[in-house]
Amino acid sequence: MNDWPALDDFLRTDPQDVGCDRAMEMLHVYVELVAAGVPAEQRYPGIAAHLRACGPCGEDFAGLLAAVRGEAD
Amino acid sequence: MATMPVERSVDGSTVPAARLDPESAEWLRALAGPGPQHEAALARLHGMLVRIARAEVRRRGPRVRITGPELDDLAYQAAADALMAITRKIGQFRGESRFTTWACKFAIFEVSAKLGRHFWRHPVVPLDAEDWDRLPGRFGFDPARESEWLDLLAALRRAVDAKLTPRQREVFVAIVLNDVPLDALVIELGSSRNAIYKMLFDARRKLRAALVTDGYLDRATEERS
Repeated sequence: MNDWPALDDFLRTDPQDVGCDRAMEMLHVYVELVAAGVPAEQRYPGIAAHLRACGPCGEDFAGLLAAVRGEAD
Repeated sequence: MATMPVERSVDGSTVPAARLDPESAEWLRALAGPGPQHEAALARLHGMLVRIARAEVRRRGPRVRITGPELDDLAYQAAADALMAITRKIGQFRGESRFTTWACKFAIFEVSAKLGRHFWRHPVVPLDAEDWDRLPGRFGFDPARESEWLDLLAALRRAVDAKLTPRQREVFVAIVLNDVPLDALVIELGSSRNAIYKMLFDARRKLRAALVTDGYLDRATEERS
């Protein structure tokens, strides 16, 4: 157990993380899987890892998911 | 610098070009069609993009301190630029999702880019400042353990100075110490989100390794990552 969990969480990197370009290229596919209730994080673990770690891409994911779910209406 | 892995689905496949659903096929047919039909489809698409961009700016608005007419202006600009990007890239749509999901993605991206640019209209802190005092609050350090985390912060600071490249240090200082949004830093440095993220990713990995070596963080946790 670490004494500094928030700092540890921030500094810890996931080797599966695919980076912003690949995650954003696939975002529309990933979002539709999530919206349909399919376990997208199991099919695309590298994208899931990235969306957990990257604030801006996580925001884009949340925004597109809200759009697909009709929350913009 | 290690490269990021290319994501494929866990069965190893890439996403195949899919058969279009009827609604997406209709969008493509109308957008590729002759004069009036094309214009009508563009107007319909623009209306959808404006609606999505406005909702997205409103969703993020409280955190980015944008209200009123400025919020609407930003949404309209994002929708207009998204429409241009879509018409330019429509040949790249392969049908892996509905057309509208693919199109909405561009509106979301444009909102992000415009909010990044907007940050520099009212910057809170100079880019070259180093606000180390905000770290205890950011990482929830307990005031009762101040003597311990002062040691930790000193070790972190030494690692920032000794282990990071000048560019990694610049990115770490801006994002972590000065709370500059990553998309705003992209604008300031004339870079890309992917490049800045990768720089911060490498910085995080190096700093964690240094703190593990110095005994401040647990090695077992590192090995799981």
